Amino acid sequence: MSVVFEKPKSLTDATLHYCPGCTHGIIHRLVAEVIDELGIEGDTIGVASVGCSVMAYNYFTCDFVQAAHGRAPAVATGVKRSDPSKIVFTYQGDGDLAAIGTAETVHAAARRENITVIFVNNAIYGMTGGQMAPTTLPGQVTQTSPYGRDVNTVGYPVKVCELLSNVDGAAYLERVAVNNVKNVKNAKKAIKKAFKNQIEGKGFSLVEVISTCPTNWGMTPQKALDWAEENMIPYYPLGVYKDIYAKEEEK
Amino acid sequence: MSDKVLMKGNEAIAEAAIRAGCRHYFGYPITPQTEVAAYMSKRMPKIGGTFLQAESEIAAINMVIGVSSTGKRVMTSSSSPGVSLKSEGISYLAGCDLPALVVNVQRGGPGLGGIQPSQSDYWQSTKGGGHGDYHNIVLAPASVQEMASLTVKGFELADKYRMVAMILADGTMGQMMEPVSLDVAEVTPVEKPWALTGTKCEREHNIVNSLYLKPEELEIKNFERYQKYKTIEENETMYEEYLMEDAEVCVVAFGITARVAKNAVNEARKRGVKVGMIRPITLWPFPTKPLKAAAEKCKRFITVEMNMGQMIDDVRLAIGGMIPTPEDVLSAIMSNGGAE
Repeated sequence: MSVVFEKPKSLTDATLHYCPGCTHGIIHRLVAEVIDELGIEGDTIGVASVGCSVMAYNYFTCDFVQAAHGRAPAVATGVKRSDPSKIVFTYQGDGDLAAIGTAETVHAAARRENITVIFVNNAIYGMTGGQMAPTTLPGQVTQTSPYGRDVNTVGYPVKVCELLSNVDGAAYLERVAVNNVKNVKNAKKAIKKAFKNQIEGKGFSLVEVISTCPTNWGMTPQKALDWAEENMIPYYPLGVYKDIYAKEEEK
Repeated sequence: MSDKVLMKGNEAIAEAAIRAGCRHYFGYPITPQTEVAAYMSKRMPKIGGTFLQAESEIAAINMVIGVSSTGKRVMTSSSSPGVSLKSEGISYLAGCDLPALVVNVQRGGPGLGGIQPSQSDYWQSTKGGGHGDYHNIVLAPASVQEMASLTVKGFELADKYRMVAMILADGTMGQMMEPVSLDVAEVTPVEKPWALTGTKCEREHNIVNSLYLKPEELEIKNFERYQKYKTIEENETMYEEYLMEDAEVCVVAFGITARVAKNAVNEARKRGVKVGMIRPITLWPFPTKPLKAAAEKCKRFITVEMNMGQMIDDVRLAIGGMIPTPEDVLSAIMSNGGAE
């Protein structure tokens, strides 16, 4: 008998607290697989944020610090500056990264901090029960946009990869999704690249992962995956937004 | 004998911090503390340290959290409005039991206030500042020499008790030049088994965290922290007594106002008034015991502070008369128709 599928070493045995059908579990697994494959578990320090993934520190076997809402890139800056030999990553949601933590995100990128940011975009504040996020789509109904997001009164969603692609210090920006097998595989590739970049000292890497929130979207898990495909991905096109080393690699 | 150098208070803090082993500084420009950052920006790159001008005071204090969580000595400095912004991070440092040195070179407030010297952040620094049940150790220097020596002491206390030590200075102390000795005893490294250093796959992961969703766990944490605060109150309270042996009038003042008040005390003595002074050096823990003792013999207390009256609350509490004893309450109940 041989083992064909097992839990990554970098994940603990703790039971995930995420709702059924939530894609945080997939993204956690991808990060853990990458940490395993790169053999960096013992040298990695994670920075958890505020939101559904606040307790990420319970799920990864590496050292972890839990940051205040939006401040993970600043905390990661401190960790990395203290010991540049460590691999430092943040794991943040859209409210955390694209609203309250916009300044910390933009400036960590501008400073070319050699860190990896995993940015989970599910277009809603999940932890607090489904309020409008900076990434909530126009017309999308949430607890605090009960008539649908009206761009005339609350403006437009923030497109993080597009925004950061204008920041000189950012090295690598890619938007991926985890709504089907093909996209999950691509997501893993991107996450691996974002960690490898850091190992190679290439600077600020961010992977935006289009995710789902069946509970707060009010959908079945399958319907949520379809909704992401039909609504989110057209608004947030997948792909590489910046890769300053791409040409170098092509040579 | 040590050589003395002429230095600004702000620069003395920076140099003392470096000599105390601090190699990471994060700041943001604001008057009247900016010389701390300027000094660090010159020195840190020369000694392999980190000077980083953050995008905000909020980012700076969170960078402090990052370094502190890895177990290294780290500091930030700011002035009043900037310290308000840092208060979120200071609460997290308290909740995570992380050591750090935070310097507040105060200016006038509220709001943008003004850039003149002030002591109006007494309440903010001694009563919390951020959210939740916590204290910082608050050190109030009254000379450039103390700007240096209390900085070193602050790092030691922060490490010893895993909490924030705050230097509460003011614009005068920051800008004033005085001779200062920068001799610092060799830094003895403190064991920090809780620090994030990478597991090397040889130990369980360390977690630095302030979230306790189970109410009983949070309560236990807070009770533990208050046990620690009690120890600090017992062992780390610092103050200066001046001409208190026969004093009938007691002046209470801290920082620059204590310097000013001392001259007035000397002059009053010349005029035959039996007056002395108690100068709290730690504002938290507040020197309640010597004030209580002084209350036994002094007829009058004069609180001198550069604000609308903040420390006076702690002085009132210390010298008594403000808080009724159980006996007082009992007698009030009985005299109001309580049956016996």
